[in-house]
Amino acid sequence: MAFEGLADRLQGTIKKITGKGKVSEQDVKEMTREVRLALLEADVNFKVVKDLIKRIKERSVGQEVMESLTPGQQVIKVVKEELTELMGGEQSKIAVSDRPPTVIMMVGLQGAGKTTTTGKLANHLRKKHNRSPLLVACDVYRPAAINQLETLGTQLDMPVYSKGTDANPVDIAKEAMEQAKAEHNDYVIIDTAGRLHVDHELMDELEQIKDTVQPDEIFLVVDAMTGQDAVNVAESFNEQLDISGVVLTKLDGDTRGGAALSIKAVTDKPIKFAGMGEKLDALEPFHPERMASRILGMGDVLSLIEKAQTNVDEKQAKELEEKMRNATFTFDDFLEQMGQVKQMGPLEDLMAMIPGANKMKGLKNAQIDEKQLSHVEAIIQSMTKKERLDPSIMNASRKKRIAKGSGTSVSQVNRLLKQFDEMKKMMKQMTNMQKGKKGKGMKLPFNPF
Amino acid sequence: MGFMDKLKSKFGKNEEATEEVSTKYKEGMKKTRNSFSGKLNDLIARYRKVDEDFFEELEEVLITADVGVMTVMDLVEELKMEAKRQNIKDTEGIKEVISEKLVDIYYGDDDEEIEQINLQEDNLSVILVVGVNGVGKTTSIGKLAHKLKQDGKRVVLAAGDTFRAGAIEQLEVWGERADVDVIKQNAGSDPAAVIFDGIKAAKSRDADVLICDTAGRLQNKVNLMNELAKVKRVIEREIPGAPHEVLLVLDATTGQNALSQAKTFSEATDVSGIVLTKLDGTAKGGIVLAIRNELNIPVKLVGLGEKVEDLQEFNAHAFVYGLFADLLEEEED
Repeated sequence: MAFEGLADRLQGTIKKITGKGKVSEQDVKEMTREVRLALLEADVNFKVVKDLIKRIKERSVGQEVMESLTPGQQVIKVVKEELTELMGGEQSKIAVSDRPPTVIMMVGLQGAGKTTTTGKLANHLRKKHNRSPLLVACDVYRPAAINQLETLGTQLDMPVYSKGTDANPVDIAKEAMEQAKAEHNDYVIIDTAGRLHVDHELMDELEQIKDTVQPDEIFLVVDAMTGQDAVNVAESFNEQLDISGVVLTKLDGDTRGGAALSIKAVTDKPIKFAGMGEKLDALEPFHPERMASRILGMGDVLSLIEKAQTNVDEKQAKELEEKMRNATFTFDDFLEQMGQVKQMGPLEDLMAMIPGANKMKGLKNAQIDEKQLSHVEAIIQSMTKKERLDPSIMNASRKKRIAKGSGTSVSQVNRLLKQFDEMKKMMKQMTNMQKGKKGKGMKLPFNPF
Repeated sequence: MGFMDKLKSKFGKNEEATEEVSTKYKEGMKKTRNSFSGKLNDLIARYRKVDEDFFEELEEVLITADVGVMTVMDLVEELKMEAKRQNIKDTEGIKEVISEKLVDIYYGDDDEEIEQINLQEDNLSVILVVGVNGVGKTTSIGKLAHKLKQDGKRVVLAAGDTFRAGAIEQLEVWGERADVDVIKQNAGSDPAAVIFDGIKAAKSRDADVLICDTAGRLQNKVNLMNELAKVKRVIEREIPGAPHEVLLVLDATTGQNALSQAKTFSEATDVSGIVLTKLDGTAKGGIVLAIRNELNIPVKLVGLGEKVEDLQEFNAHAFVYGLFADLLEEEED
């Protein structure tokens, strides 16, 4: 099943670009195509995707991606930023009315999880805000819906107002308000029947309930697994009822949840809570940023970028860059750079954060050996200052000495020298290519991709 | 006109019955058809030439219908080849090819047989109903029980959803509506035990069909999926060859995750067919194509409304006819 995250999707394109030194417009186009597919596979509505891609393309063709040595990362970063911005900040506040009770109305399609969420929300209000809610059973249509809410009420030891299935939902809501006032419940949560957004009769009924009880919050409950249709549903409910927020349910499943993005884009209403399980305490504040990562399916790649950003000293990086340009990169610089990589944490952890790392040639079965790194370190440290600055003076006896001093073999020393030589050659090539083209370039001297 | 003729001739076989079915589909699928087929017609009118832009937009139309991304990519690729091969340059010409390909994806090499519910002639047939939360399992069971009862079958329901609040009561209401027996235990009891009771009761009451309800569960909950596998094993042990159908209920509004659901539930219970619910909304139901294409599981029943009789046997011809009614009617003009 083709269900890869963005980072995995970008692997192929990135591989092609790596070593090119410069990213062309065509490359960016290819990358944005992958981004588009990833978003569509995550169920983000295609219109929303279209707008997003347009903005991502604009930013990507600009300098920040094309002149970076790590275009893959940069594209992901740009995408993530755009997504996070679209998702908005965290908002899990619930309105409090000046004149209690505060009224919350739950609306949505059949099977979205309104009744369960009603119970969870009541539990949340009591636990986190010390409130005493009254639950109101206005779903007179689905068999045993009232029964379900009453059972939840018993489990939570909370009052449930119901009048059976013959009563009119508008009347039930109205009378429940009176009872709440009499019994001093400071919150009233109204559970309504699931309905299709195209069912005018039932949508009008919601409007009547709204007019009667004047709710402080109207929560649209949406199944996180909803596909392209999420846009139509959210738009219709919002147009008719002017909802105040969204609760996304069943997020404990393995869906990417692109619907979240679609809903936010068409309604511009905050997603306040996420249903994370079947138990009554499984309601969590919604984290837009985490959702953005989830939609992209990119795991920890962001924390990796963040780590790199915080641990690589800007100034040091600049100096290094300068050295690379002039090809005066020495073993000392190499040592310093290794130290920086090590600061980021155990290498194995770092590798695990890179999506598709295990697919990369050469890394496939290579156990990442921290020991090997320390061998390299030891070899360099066993060199004299002169040797570190100018490896060309190296001869057989020097190599022997270094091998002895570092507890390695001459062949290991030779291998390192050869690798270093190749690295320098590569750097020279890259700087040559960059000539005639100004810009910041090469931010990160190492390229994890 | 190969495809249109084929379709018409299929309808011609049994005109009266087909008329009724296709009217139902046409009504239930009106929104689906309007938006999907309408868009396709828009597209064709807007673009004269079959070029990259045309294919790109076609891709989008199909993706909006929740047809899986990979399915769409494959389809569009095939269409491009076909257009090249047949040297089709104008969009009117490709209309035919588009419909034909979509139907091909659905049918493959199979015929209508795949859409029949597998019922035993003389012995007890067991139908196990599974799916994620809130897709309409219990409602579909109620409607199916009603349908089978109408057909003169003796039906028993087993209330295997012992977890969700009110689930047993919900099934009991449906049992009353359809006038069939419901076997239950208390909430919280072992679902496998309830199903075991159900089998015993169905046997002793000489029932024709036993329909087993189960609690909704997200497919990534390993424990719950194991529980479901256990329920199936109990059925297998009690009646060789059973369950005769394992129906996965899917919500038509579900996006790409429906594929994951179909895959994982199949691994646990060997799903034999799909009940596609809530097709009376604006959801396009395109996921059916993706599931058929990628997992080869046929749709057997569709939910086209809230009324007890709104569960229809899936008829792919009618389904496709519903999708392409506009196109077909134009052909006739």
